Amino acid sequence: MSSELIHRLHFAFTITFHYLFPQLTMGLGLLIVVLKSVALKTGSERWDRAARFWGRIFAINFVFGVVTGIPMEFEFGTNWARFSRLSGGVIGQPLAMEGVFSFFLESAFLGLFLYGEKRISKVMHWFSAVMVFVGSWISGFFIIVTDAWMQHPVAFDRLPNGQFEVLSFWQLLLNPWALLQYAHNMTGAVVTGSFVMSAVGAFYLLERRREEYGRIFLKVGVIAGVIASIAIIFPTGDLHGKYVARNQPAAMAGMEGLFKTETGAGMVLIGQPNEETGEIDNPIVVNDLLSFLIYGTTKAEVKGLDQFPQDQRPTALPLLFYAYHIMAGLGTWFVLLMVVSAFLLWRGLLYKSRWALWALLLSFPLPYIANTAGWMTAELGRQPWLIYGLMRTSEGYSNTVSASNGLFTLLGFMGLYALLGLLFTVLIYREIDHGPEAKAAVELISAD
Amino acid sequence: MGFIWFWLVAVMIVGYVVLDGFDLGVGVLHLFLVRDEEERKATLASIGPVWDGNEVWLLAGGGTLYFAFPLLYASAFSGFYLPLMIVLWLLILRGISLELRNHIEVGVWRALLDGVFGLSSGLLTIFFGAALANVLRGVPLQADGYFFLPLWTNWQPGVHPGILDWYTVIGGLVALVALTMHGALWLTIKTSNELGRRARGIVTPLWIILAVLTVVSLVATVAVRPQSLNNYFNYPFTFVVPAGVIASLGGVWFLNRKEQPVKAFLCSCLYLFFMLAGACWGLYPTLLPATTGAENDITLSRALSGPHTLAVGLAWWIFGMALAVGYVVFVYGKFRGKVDLAPEQH
Repeated sequence: MSSELIHRLHFAFTITFHYLFPQLTMGLGLLIVVLKSVALKTGSERWDRAARFWGRIFAINFVFGVVTGIPMEFEFGTNWARFSRLSGGVIGQPLAMEGVFSFFLESAFLGLFLYGEKRISKVMHWFSAVMVFVGSWISGFFIIVTDAWMQHPVAFDRLPNGQFEVLSFWQLLLNPWALLQYAHNMTGAVVTGSFVMSAVGAFYLLERRREEYGRIFLKVGVIAGVIASIAIIFPTGDLHGKYVARNQPAAMAGMEGLFKTETGAGMVLIGQPNEETGEIDNPIVVNDLLSFLIYGTTKAEVKGLDQFPQDQRPTALPLLFYAYHIMAGLGTWFVLLMVVSAFLLWRGLLYKSRWALWALLLSFPLPYIANTAGWMTAELGRQPWLIYGLMRTSEGYSNTVSASNGLFTLLGFMGLYALLGLLFTVLIYREIDHGPEAKAAVELISAD
Repeated sequence: MGFIWFWLVAVMIVGYVVLDGFDLGVGVLHLFLVRDEEERKATLASIGPVWDGNEVWLLAGGGTLYFAFPLLYASAFSGFYLPLMIVLWLLILRGISLELRNHIEVGVWRALLDGVFGLSSGLLTIFFGAALANVLRGVPLQADGYFFLPLWTNWQPGVHPGILDWYTVIGGLVALVALTMHGALWLTIKTSNELGRRARGIVTPLWIILAVLTVVSLVATVAVRPQSLNNYFNYPFTFVVPAGVIASLGGVWFLNRKEQPVKAFLCSCLYLFFMLAGACWGLYPTLLPATTGAENDITLSRALSGPHTLAVGLAWWIFGMALAVGYVVFVYGKFRGKVDLAPEQH
């Protein structure tokens, strides 16, 4: 059992679990602003209650995001000390900026949004919702900047002792990789938020309870869902993919399972990469499509894995291939489902189409899977590099922390997170069960 | 530049201790101070809107330490691996139990969650105090700048100490008592009636224990690391810092007696500030002393990031922290005054 593997699993496990929460926080943050805006404009108490209801879900989700997020910053130092020592001067900056620019803002206004409604005006309460949304999206930006620098290092220099240092604040923040990844990732968060909101709406309508709220949730969820589901493929996914193909060709070859360089490369829709034979088993291929998608012409040459020495190819090839294909496959389903739902909504049929409501209800876990698979694609594609082209993953972990100590704390996190997952499910279920008319849980503190 | 960043990081640590300190203290106190559910709700409502923001100081401070002193961050976080993981688990349990108890009406579960919240708050204060004591005492740094500490060895602060020894335990106790008193003063401000009176009453015994522990810890620090006094003797006017410790501690006693809770709380903030500033000044310019010989010390100049990093960092840091302080002042202003427990009018 190698220390490197344990430290990788440690980070991978804790960040995968963590990101289940912020993706909903960021998506819902936007949708709550929509609900609050309608409430403010129309003076509708129902839309206000809808906003408060999602505010309660947001709050639970936020706390789980916070407590599982703190370990992430720590783990850069605890589990990836050699990486931190060399790169802290660069990536420590966006991580610190996240705290300074986002968390202070977000926590201050969330406190006001949840606890202060009676102490502030309606406009101020709406403004708090906007600030919570802005804070969560700024937070996402700095994390993307951190990851983007590892994927595509820019604006840096190396000191004589080997440490990286940042040369330009704006170049670091405006790293093209970061902007493309941010657009793609935040759209993904909106997909999660809109699917969750639609699913709760569908649940209420199928249950024939609180149908007036179910319709609000479906309206907002499906409209946001159709926009986000299309935008996640085009333009954000398309642009990001083209950029990956040009700057990390080995990652793209791994994602697509392209073992051999081809002119007019086809796209594998389904299949199993066989590392021994260097071929895709049982493939379904669309001819020339990959060349066209990347370079805009069916004749273009796409580099295969054969162009790269073994020690520069992605290390977990089948996992990378599957993660990418799961993401892309689910993305296709999202467009299909949401376009149909939006059409039904427009024709006034959605609230009565029980089959569509069932499909929306059952689809809510899928964006979580797609977002997770997307991140796995990004991080596995970067391998064997920790900082692309500059530092290998094998050079970055804390070699003073033994594999067995790492395993001990990894198992500890697994146990604790199993408990958290259970508690989260119970809490969210109760909120949905009590519904928007129920008294706010947080109000129980000051009233009751 | 090094001098500036040393003190900027110190300021963020002080900000964290002063702010999260009172909600940790309230967490400890609520276990044995409150008599019924109403009082418990008032107690928790006094920290409800702010505890999460207070914890942000830890993250922002950690991030600042990370980019300004990457070597220190890498070395200390991997060296203190085990206690930091325990701190993370405690922070998780604490945050979740506080959130969860607002959603659960069953008495037994509430009691369990309150217990977890109080216990994790108390253990966190002890760990933070012990962590600071570990830094003051020094760790067995190797020439490459790394170390790995077991949780304890023979409880002696020698060349190969553990996280816990008699000295760091004193540090943990100082933090536990100081922050519990800090929390009691906060409750005195925020709650009224019987509960407020009890919170004010408990300050007195806590103060006496803290005064004794403060003296013990200062003597112990000098005994464990006599070099801690070097800066003070080289710049005698800096003895104003230990004088400030005594004066602010006296102020807490005096103002609490005079029933001026806000001023007493501010004195407690000053006490924490002077204690931490005094410790930092005792270390400067060392960041993490080595028990294995001064040549292995992690010093300011050795750990400091490159000049470009620090210049870029300083520009946004000043701007960002000014904004952050603005939000903090704004939110505390909005939640000013006693906790409102009046039933809602509908």
